[in-house]
Amino acid sequence: MSKIKEKFAELEAKNQKALISYIMVGFPNEKATITAVRGLVKGGADIIELGFPFSDPIADGPVIQNASTISLKKGTKISKFFSIVKKIRKETDIPLVLMTYTNILYHKGYSKFISEAKKAGIDGFILPDMSIEESKEYLKAAKSNADTIFLISPNTSNTRIQKIAKVSTGFLYLVAVYGTTGVKTGIKNYTLKAIKNVKKQTKGKTPVCIGFGISTPKDVKKYIKAGADAVIVGSAYLKLIEKTPQNKLESKITTFTKSLKKQTLL
Amino acid sequence: MKYPKNGRFGEFGGKYIPETLVPAIEELEENYLKFKDDKTFKKELDYYLKVYAGRPTPLYYAKNLSEKLGGAKIYLKREDLLHGGAHKINNTLGQALLAKKMKKKRIIAETGAGQHGVATAMACAALGMKAEVYMGYKDTIRQKLNVFRMDMLGCKVYPVYSGSKTLKDAINEAIRDWITNVETTYYLLGSAVGPHPYPVMVRDFQSVIGNEIKSQMKKINRTPDSLIACVGGGSNAIGTFYPLIDSNAEMIGVEAAGKGLKTKLHSATLSAGSKGVLHGMMTYLLQDKEGQITETHSISAGLDYPGVGPEHSYYKDTKRIKYHSATDSEVIDAFLMLTRTEGIIPALESAHAIAEAIKVARKGKKSESIVVTLSGRGDKDVEEVQNYLKRNVKD
Ligand SMILES: Cc1ncc(COP(=O)(O)O)c(C=O)c1O
Repeated sequence: MSKIKEKFAELEAKNQKALISYIMVGFPNEKATITAVRGLVKGGADIIELGFPFSDPIADGPVIQNASTISLKKGTKISKFFSIVKKIRKETDIPLVLMTYTNILYHKGYSKFISEAKKAGIDGFILPDMSIEESKEYLKAAKSNADTIFLISPNTSNTRIQKIAKVSTGFLYLVAVYGTTGVKTGIKNYTLKAIKNVKKQTKGKTPVCIGFGISTPKDVKKYIKAGADAVIVGSAYLKLIEKTPQNKLESKITTFTKSLKKQTLL
Repeated sequence: MKYPKNGRFGEFGGKYIPETLVPAIEELEENYLKFKDDKTFKKELDYYLKVYAGRPTPLYYAKNLSEKLGGAKIYLKREDLLHGGAHKINNTLGQALLAKKMKKKRIIAETGAGQHGVATAMACAALGMKAEVYMGYKDTIRQKLNVFRMDMLGCKVYPVYSGSKTLKDAINEAIRDWITNVETTYYLLGSAVGPHPYPVMVRDFQSVIGNEIKSQMKKINRTPDSLIACVGGGSNAIGTFYPLIDSNAEMIGVEAAGKGLKTKLHSATLSAGSKGVLHGMMTYLLQDKEGQITETHSISAGLDYPGVGPEHSYYKDTKRIKYHSATDSEVIDAFLMLTRTEGIIPALESAHAIAEAIKVARKGKKSESIVVTLSGRGDKDVEEVQNYLKRNVKD
């Protein structure tokens, strides 16, 4: 069983839903990443998503775009990323998911990238520009090695949800809104409907996690109530990291994480 | 390749897109397939191409230039004479008409040189629609005349400040807009790039260039020995080449070598790039060792792009089409030579094709004929050329 699967099973036994926290590695530097991860673990995050920067992040809004640019400027390279993951792994065995864009894996070679990432301690992948039609090689490379997490949108048809669920392991990433990451539009009726529908379509086989624009404990509460198995919070963390001095970072992240996590206890 | 199965030209192309765009792309393909051979649609499009855009464009024998070079005969396919001043209108009329049939109320586009933005604004005005255009901040400065033109055409222009502030970033921003407004918006992409079906659809709309060349050459009892066109995303080139792809003509796509292929300051994707995934397609890209897209340079904003249409990648690998490049300096020379010998001021993009044609013609026999697609006129570039000449004294 994958670490991610185990985590969801463990939470289910405890009657909890999951909090998945996203940060961009190397934003604004390596030290902040390590410190932020400590805060996330202390605060009770269940899974951590680590962003690896790409020059052209088409699915991301201004906050993550800016974090990508800064991380790249600071010299975040793949080897550096893996070494940071290894450092994190020495401190915690929390499931780690890598979020980046297809070209980063394609360019190095899917197999090579995935096996190196796995060795460093990555448990799964999210590629927002990887559609199931183009995923054959990627799936082959990841097979039994790492979880491949695909996205579903509120406008995805039921037939397609079935197809996506077939190749998605670990969890399904339901995009809350039409839009890029980090843009707050308020909680929409269509999103609540989509949660219910995706749950119904997948019959609870794969956890349905919701992300994009979720930033407050109140948001978390609403989505969990609507039936989501997890909430994913990203841009809100990056904003917090940006405005917090290094010496206060761990405690600030811990406090914020606690406030979010609290809403996932049923 | 007539219609690429699964959107692939060999291994290139495909649709690497965020899930939110999948229904929109499927709807687009469905409608494109429905309308592309529809008699009424074709008739309507032909009408606009003819009486609005000014087709067919002439095939002009550049006698003075050819004689000066003393080799093969150079024929210019005068896309520069089209309404708006570039080949872009062939595609924008096609797609705007399709968008109208699809009952889309909102049109967005990206633009590099501003030519596609202008052509989109014009096509939309003609068809009673409104357009909004994303343009890299750097391009809004060097092509400000086109920003004014779009303004006057009632089109909103959004400068894009992210990344390299050029065409690639304008495309990123247009895609983000599309994801956000997917239910109401038609994305009118300006070159033969992006996720399937854009590359094949744009090629088909631009194929009017090659089809006219074919019949115009036939009329003068000639077959082209060489076809030459500049390659940014590759739409005027694929439109020139594709209808003649089964002929024996040599085909050369010309990329921007900028300050030279040995420097990093160029946009010669096919000549110097490697395979990768960007903007929904698998194709050759300019990228670093880690798969990060690199910044490009060209004196012409319209060629300043680190990717290229997937069909070109396919023809590069199968060797059906050769891809060469021209440096900024060669381009300025070609620009001035065509202007002085023929009284035709080419767009800097098109001057890349002229630079190659000059080389090929010099080596060619008098009995041979070269057809060069003059993709656009150079009014927009006069200031850029003037600045270049001030910085680099040329005679
Ligand atoms: C006059 C002209 N030619 C060529 C191009 C390059 O585009 P493509 O390679 O799609 O023909 C442009 C793009 O802006 C242009 O304005």
